Amino acid sequence: MDEILNAFTRALSFGTPLLLASLGAIVNERAGVVNLGVEGMMAVGALAGFAVAYGSGAGDGNLALAILAAMAAGTLASMIHAFVTITLRANQFVSGLALSMLGLGVAGLLGKRFEGLPLFNQPPELPFTLGAIGLALGLALLLDATHLGLVLRSVGENPAAADALGINVLGVRYAAVGFGGAMAGLAGAFLSLVYRPSWTDGMTAGLGWIAVALVIFVGWSPFRAIFGSIFFGLLYYLQFRLQGQSGVPTEVFASLPYLLVILVLALSGLRGQQGNAPESLGKPYQRGER
Amino acid sequence: MRLVPEPNPSRYRALWVTLGAMGVAFVIAGGIFWAYGVGPLEAYRTMLEGTLFDPRGLQEVLRRTIPLLLIGVGLTLAFRTQFFNIGAEGQLLLGAVCAAGVALFVPLLPSLTLPAMFVAGAIGGALWCWVAAWLKIRLRVNEILTTLMLNYVAQYVVIYLINGPWKGKDARGYIYSDQFAPGAQIPVIPGTNVHWPTLLLGIFLALALQFLLERTTLGYAMRVVGENPGAARYAGIATSRIVLLIALITGGAAGLAGVGEIAGIHHRLIEPLQLSSGYGFTAVIVAWLARGNPAVVLLTAPLMGTILAGGDVLKVGLNMPFRVVDVFSGVMLLCLIASEVLLRNRVRWER
Repeated sequence: MDEILNAFTRALSFGTPLLLASLGAIVNERAGVVNLGVEGMMAVGALAGFAVAYGSGAGDGNLALAILAAMAAGTLASMIHAFVTITLRANQFVSGLALSMLGLGVAGLLGKRFEGLPLFNQPPELPFTLGAIGLALGLALLLDATHLGLVLRSVGENPAAADALGINVLGVRYAAVGFGGAMAGLAGAFLSLVYRPSWTDGMTAGLGWIAVALVIFVGWSPFRAIFGSIFFGLLYYLQFRLQGQSGVPTEVFASLPYLLVILVLALSGLRGQQGNAPESLGKPYQRGER
Repeated sequence: MRLVPEPNPSRYRALWVTLGAMGVAFVIAGGIFWAYGVGPLEAYRTMLEGTLFDPRGLQEVLRRTIPLLLIGVGLTLAFRTQFFNIGAEGQLLLGAVCAAGVALFVPLLPSLTLPAMFVAGAIGGALWCWVAAWLKIRLRVNEILTTLMLNYVAQYVVIYLINGPWKGKDARGYIYSDQFAPGAQIPVIPGTNVHWPTLLLGIFLALALQFLLERTTLGYAMRVVGENPGAARYAGIATSRIVLLIALITGGAAGLAGVGEIAGIHHRLIEPLQLSSGYGFTAVIVAWLARGNPAVVLLTAPLMGTILAGGDVLKVGLNMPFRVVDVFSGVMLLCLIASEVLLRNRVRWER
């Protein structure tokens, strides 16, 4: 019984950054913008959070300020993507990929001086996990039951119609991408402040990519993202738990999350889940086109 | 200011826009170096002196150009047909694994070993890519995510092999396989690490694929699939078969790059991060810079080869972390795709 409870709490904890980042991605994808830069924005957020926590009190730090800094850094990074894809109408997939490279690069470069430095205050994980779940519920409600949600969805489904109704399509998309960046930054801060209060290069470890895949897996639903992220969290837990326990090589467990992403994407495809995607996902909008 | 669409931009215009984008990228990357605490001019001077103006550096550039060339020509073709293969890194590793399998365990006449390794490597890379293409066609799974995930899986495949069943007899501390027999080593230009047969193979592929794309019916079909999938279907072109074929070519070329790295330089299967050092991602920029022309990769691959080798110089000379290359790659790619708006549109200044 203890074993199961322990597995569940660890799964919740591993799943928290996944949930935060994927909630952000769900919002910007619901507005029609794919951002594959989550991994890079997480890395930048993790560094900014750690740097401010460290700088604001020599290993003690101001937690609220650090979290704000992480979210601001994520948003700032996401604005590059927003400008390139929304204003200049460049390919969203390639831009996101480039943002991931840039984010990992900048964080690795500027983070070098923080490598190995300690933070003495480790905040508890539970408030973050509960906050993320609460946010998921709130977003589910916002998307399905409010005017703002309707506006956001219409921009993702049919931007021309939304434009005709007087909705500022580009403005909504910028805001949605910025929200995605803030959430990715927050997810990064969870890693560098709460989960393991330290900075190492590559500490995001592919979580950003899994968050992107999670969005498709849960069919762009914030509510289902709660369960999806716990599921992947459980997988991460098992990866560590089962290492060396069975005759199975550790490399098999280590590659499981990635194999599973492929598997769930394939299953989502089989179920026709990709049909749930917002109609204009990935397409730039230009007034008067078609 | 107003943007006026330019349906058929000239090659001349494409060249200037590309050069402009690269210039901006160098300025931005320089700013990031400055934030790190290294003067941009000092960084660029160190890079140039350690690569193009140094005999040893020059051969490092050439050595890194080989895999970028092979992967880049394949990716150019893939991007042209809207198949966003981001998994060249994994395909390179699988190519290396298959070639190493042949070198280590298949007894062949010495004259047949190397050709068999190249064939096995190409097949390994091609099949690794085929998985993503098949999922894209059959289940509409986004190939960017699958090819990317397969990169991670390929890394663990290599680690498992050299840590387990293929672990070398003399491997202590580090993990790697046994050394290949001399017959399984690609000849190099004496005194360098430049395995010239692989280089020639890359040059041949670049020219052959350019010919295929511009002068053959199949190439015409590929271009239509990339530019207008709707029209392709209407014209009765078997889109899915073309995408599968492209996936096999692009994955196979990446696999060949893997063969070159292990049979030309390391002569054993080694850890994935040392084996590749990000060729798969850098080649994305090589291909994007070439704007869809495989032959132009003959220019863009040495360019990015210089940047990769220059990253090494910065690492050793100025003690900067290896992420400098990611900074370059990210900024360069962002500037390139942002500049496409200037390629497709003309700027009119009016009141």
